[in-house]
Amino acid sequence: MHQDTEKANPKQSMYAAALIGVGVMAAVDEIIFHQVLAWHHFYDRSTPKIGLLTDGILHSAELIAIVAGFFMLLDLRRSHSIVKPRAWAGFFLGLGGFQLFDGLIDHKVLRLHQIRYVDNTLPYDIAWNLAALILLFLGLLLLNRAKNLERKEGTGHLGTSGR
Amino acid sequence: MQHHSHHELHGGSFGQWIPLLVLIVVTGVYLCGTASVKSGKARWNNWSTISFLTGMGLLGIAVLPTLMQWAHQDLRGHMVQHLLIGMFAPLFLVLGAPITLALKALPVKAARWITSILRSEFFYSISHPITAFVLNIGGMYLLYLTPLYIESLGKPYLHYLMHVHFLLAGYLFTWSMIGPDPVPKHPSFLLRVSVLFISIAAHAFLSKFMYAYIYPLNSPHSAEQIREATKLMYYWGDLSELLLIIALFTIWYRQRKCSRYNLTPTVS
Repeated sequence: MHQDTEKANPKQSMYAAALIGVGVMAAVDEIIFHQVLAWHHFYDRSTPKIGLLTDGILHSAELIAIVAGFFMLLDLRRSHSIVKPRAWAGFFLGLGGFQLFDGLIDHKVLRLHQIRYVDNTLPYDIAWNLAALILLFLGLLLLNRAKNLERKEGTGHLGTSGR
Repeated sequence: MQHHSHHELHGGSFGQWIPLLVLIVVTGVYLCGTASVKSGKARWNNWSTISFLTGMGLLGIAVLPTLMQWAHQDLRGHMVQHLLIGMFAPLFLVLGAPITLALKALPVKAARWITSILRSEFFYSISHPITAFVLNIGGMYLLYLTPLYIESLGKPYLHYLMHVHFLLAGYLFTWSMIGPDPVPKHPSFLLRVSVLFISIAAHAFLSKFMYAYIYPLNSPHSAEQIREATKLMYYWGDLSELLLIIALFTIWYRQRKCSRYNLTPTVS
């Protein structure tokens, strides 16, 4: 249609989708654990002031990440430079990465809130971070597949690969 | 828990309706403007009109006497009012592009005068994202973390001044992000996103801080009520900010296309 730059952009595809992954995981966390199950608290008394501040910063980053990711993907699609397998890999890496960050830094280091307010939080923490690692592992698998595909097809002018 | 004396903001019942009348007059002027632009040769986007009317409608709800009374006694009511006046209404009003409409509808002399203001160095610095951010979020921090809120409960003029400030500051901040009106130079997209990022973080932090330490201090409101109000502030604030981010990235997306195909951006 237009004289587009038909150059595949695997890296950007991955980053854009990773941003969406981060935003989606944050939204899932908010909707399921805060609102539906009410396991997480809006705030708990053990949170230091610095925790509130980093929480605000993280929250802002999540909101912007999901919108930025979407628009970047739209832009890549418009210029026919999106690489779908890479995007899927990025999406799962974003999901897992955020989940792990939330499980380790937010819950344990900054003590924003616990996963569930029970005497022994250990099983919950293990399940949470294990789920994060599984998602990350999936992301890495997909990334490997995507890279193999690119090698097979030869890098460069792919247009839209994948189904 | 209400040990706050219930008194009218205004002696007469007519006084309560003044803000709403002002809004109706402004809306009328805007519609006259669109009519005159359309009857002439200039084009006008109907979406702008719809957006402006939506913003005015939200403002209208915020200044209804019943809501005013509720807001005066209950922090939740105050917060609903604040969200409408300072966050949601400005978003729709800015997208209604009233300044652009004025430029198209007014006689050449008046339009030139407006253009000279838009081009001035003073206007650039006052409408800069950082200035607008300080005025907007700074006002909020002042109101809730200092005794100012308690003061405003007893003094109707302060109360009105506060609302006018939040409307103007909210409009200015939104305009600094997604202002559709023609100006010679805009701060870069990266700067705008960065300031918006800080602004959202500051808003989220303030709501949780108020929730945690029961601000405003020494208010007649119960702790439970304050917590509910700050949750409203947090979650509804999120929604308005999400809409603002989407609007900002829509502008980015359009400009990417223009830069790629070497077109000049069209002001819609």
